[in-house]
Amino acid sequence: MNKLLTISQSPHIFSDHTIRKLMLGVILALVPAFITALIFYGIGVIIVTSISLISCVLFEFIIQKYILKSEVRITDGSAIVTGLLLAFNLPSNLPWWIIIIGSLVAIGIGKMTFGGLGNNPFNPALVGRVFLLISFPTAMTVFPKAQGWNTPYIIPVDKIDALTGATPLNLIKEGIKSGRSVVELLEINNLNYSDMFLGNIGGSLGEIAAFALLAGFIYLLIRKIITWHIPLSVIGSVFLFTGLLWIFSEEGHNIISATLNINLPLIKFKDANEELKVFHMADPIFHLLTGGIMLGAIYMATDYVTSPMTHRGMIIYGTGIGVITVLIRVFGSYPEGISFAILIMNGFVPLINRYVKPKRFG
Amino acid sequence: MLKTFLKGGVHPPENKLSAKSKIKDLPLPQVVRIPILQHLGAPSKPVVEAGDQVKAGQLIAKSEGYVSSSIHSPVSGKIMKIDDFIDSTGYKRKAIIINTEGDEWIENIDRSKEHIKEFSLSSEEIINRILSAGIVGLGGATFPTHVKLSIPRGKKAEYLIINGVECEPYLTADHALMLEHGEELITGIKLLKKALKVNRALVGIENNKPDALKHISALALNSNGINVYALKVKYPQGGEKQLIKALLNREVPSGGLPIDVGVVAFNVGTTYAVYEAIQKNKPLFERIVTVTGKSVKNSSNFRVRIGTPVSALIEAAGGLPENTGKIIYGGPMMGKALSDLSVPVTKGCSGILILPENESSRKKTQPCIRCSKCVSVCPMGLEPYLLMSLSQINLFDRLESDKVLDCIECGSCSYICPSNRPLLDYIRLGKSAVSKIIRTTKQ
Repeated sequence: MNKLLTISQSPHIFSDHTIRKLMLGVILALVPAFITALIFYGIGVIIVTSISLISCVLFEFIIQKYILKSEVRITDGSAIVTGLLLAFNLPSNLPWWIIIIGSLVAIGIGKMTFGGLGNNPFNPALVGRVFLLISFPTAMTVFPKAQGWNTPYIIPVDKIDALTGATPLNLIKEGIKSGRSVVELLEINNLNYSDMFLGNIGGSLGEIAAFALLAGFIYLLIRKIITWHIPLSVIGSVFLFTGLLWIFSEEGHNIISATLNINLPLIKFKDANEELKVFHMADPIFHLLTGGIMLGAIYMATDYVTSPMTHRGMIIYGTGIGVITVLIRVFGSYPEGISFAILIMNGFVPLINRYVKPKRFG
Repeated sequence: MLKTFLKGGVHPPENKLSAKSKIKDLPLPQVVRIPILQHLGAPSKPVVEAGDQVKAGQLIAKSEGYVSSSIHSPVSGKIMKIDDFIDSTGYKRKAIIINTEGDEWIENIDRSKEHIKEFSLSSEEIINRILSAGIVGLGGATFPTHVKLSIPRGKKAEYLIINGVECEPYLTADHALMLEHGEELITGIKLLKKALKVNRALVGIENNKPDALKHISALALNSNGINVYALKVKYPQGGEKQLIKALLNREVPSGGLPIDVGVVAFNVGTTYAVYEAIQKNKPLFERIVTVTGKSVKNSSNFRVRIGTPVSALIEAAGGLPENTGKIIYGGPMMGKALSDLSVPVTKGCSGILILPENESSRKKTQPCIRCSKCVSVCPMGLEPYLLMSLSQINLFDRLESDKVLDCIECGSCSYICPSNRPLLDYIRLGKSAVSKIIRTTKQ
């Protein structure tokens, strides 16, 4: 035989997993939420998503090719996922130039400054989103009212009040400040759970439809792209923590007394002016269905690079995200806190990896 | 529900191409080369010289020390020389080279096909016969069998485990053996039970061999204290520690041996060799080897004399395919890639696998995306991604505290990695560096 044989260490066979296939799986899982967004918000969804996606890929290409002069890796699909997730965290009427700034921050600062894929400590899409939220607070918190395909991308200045609105979380938070109860607020703002579940509410374009995000979750689980540990510990801890707080609120007190047919004393708190006040709070289901819990728990917190390596670590990380989110939502000044919560817990990941080890055999 | 081990594991495509192939005798090769180190432990010491005439079964190298093994001539003929020759590790090692003349066996070997059930030997006699027959673990670890059978002071064996898992893809040697020599295996199990003085033997067979499972289960029904278990197909279930976990839910402690949890485990090939050594007086000088590959004409199971060159096996399976890129000595997950086809088959060789060119090279390494798949599949509960980086930066104390020495080198991490990272290669480097440091500090 005059042909040379290949020599290598074992193993000699390999699975067909590739980064590209995993990223493609994530992209497919996001399709239902994208379609639902399209149904409610129309053309703006396509515009915002394409600008974000194209600019993220382009920035990665430019940085890798011309600044770092390294190998161009845009085909691995990770920049596409970052672009998609950034868009999912933006209002569907956000001006194009703000989106481009967000992409630049996400890819440039969030990812490439740390050495590119695999080395960034913080979720790039969330770095971009939070940068925009702080820099353009109004543009980032006013959302178009869902009018289906006819929802305009550019809303005329004179119609802004009529055609835009806030998220349910924001409406409730502001309402509670003015002393109203959640039951009252839900009625005034015409909010109900089926609309929240289906996505007929105000919010970032990818976060509104809980059912579509859950469908994607099931797909990700079946394809074994992610495990249940992070999403369920985020969702579970948000449910438990908001539930615990809710029991002490007037809303929770009323429902519990009515269903159990007992007369519990209503707990009152002294506020800064030494006045006795009742505590108002939305129930756990409301908290799960509104805002970014589903998007954050299933797609943002599970980002491979910025989440822990062991299952126990993932549960600690997910629970931390849930608790911080609820703290910000209920006691903080922002109506929504999942982006901050994920970024904060991202910072703890190296520590978690260092001290939370898998259970060794033997 | 089928039994299996819980932590980690992968399920590569099984590709058991030769599962339907009956065991065929390979024609005797012209020349056999018998390395004097075919087992774990000290090399054997040759007791023959160039020019000597030998018969098949005759002792040609005796064991040197306790953890060592004897080697017997696989053929009759003339010793040509004792010289260095390349073996499966790729290194040149001392080997006894014999020119085959006829096929004459030493007189006391029973060459009939008759199955001899009865035996009246004591435990010590059985162990001594196993020692003198040169039997080592035929699953691939090649640990001398008599050492495993001699229970250290203060320990007690409760269970004998017989490993019929054959979890490596492609390989079918154990499968064929269970189908064709089931009766002898049962007698072998009884001999091992007697040697260990245990009452219970558990046979583990993966569920992808239903015919072998049925056959061995039916035979075991007539014998007391032998239970056969079907196991869910999962690699590396044939690993001793994983098999004990699957069958008994006991975990061999880190750095410990199966006897620490009251278990001694043997491969079915070893069990058959024990039967032959005791009931037929036949030392270990041949074994079953699978020759297989997707492009191989006739993937088959052969009965092969030790020392036969790999090229002769490939010839018998229909020759080397045009598109050959890699030849593996053993299975695809743990086998060694060969550089030379004249490498002889030794006691630990369970298969020869021929991979086509398009499956021979590794794909390009990508950055680690920390997907944690390597952590999930590690059957020992280690963190391969971390061990690799620690190994790259020579942090030996952390390698040790993160249990690098527990690694069984099953290759599940490298198999699953979506970034094609050479995890196991670096872990091996780290492992050998750490054990070297431990050895030198102990001295």
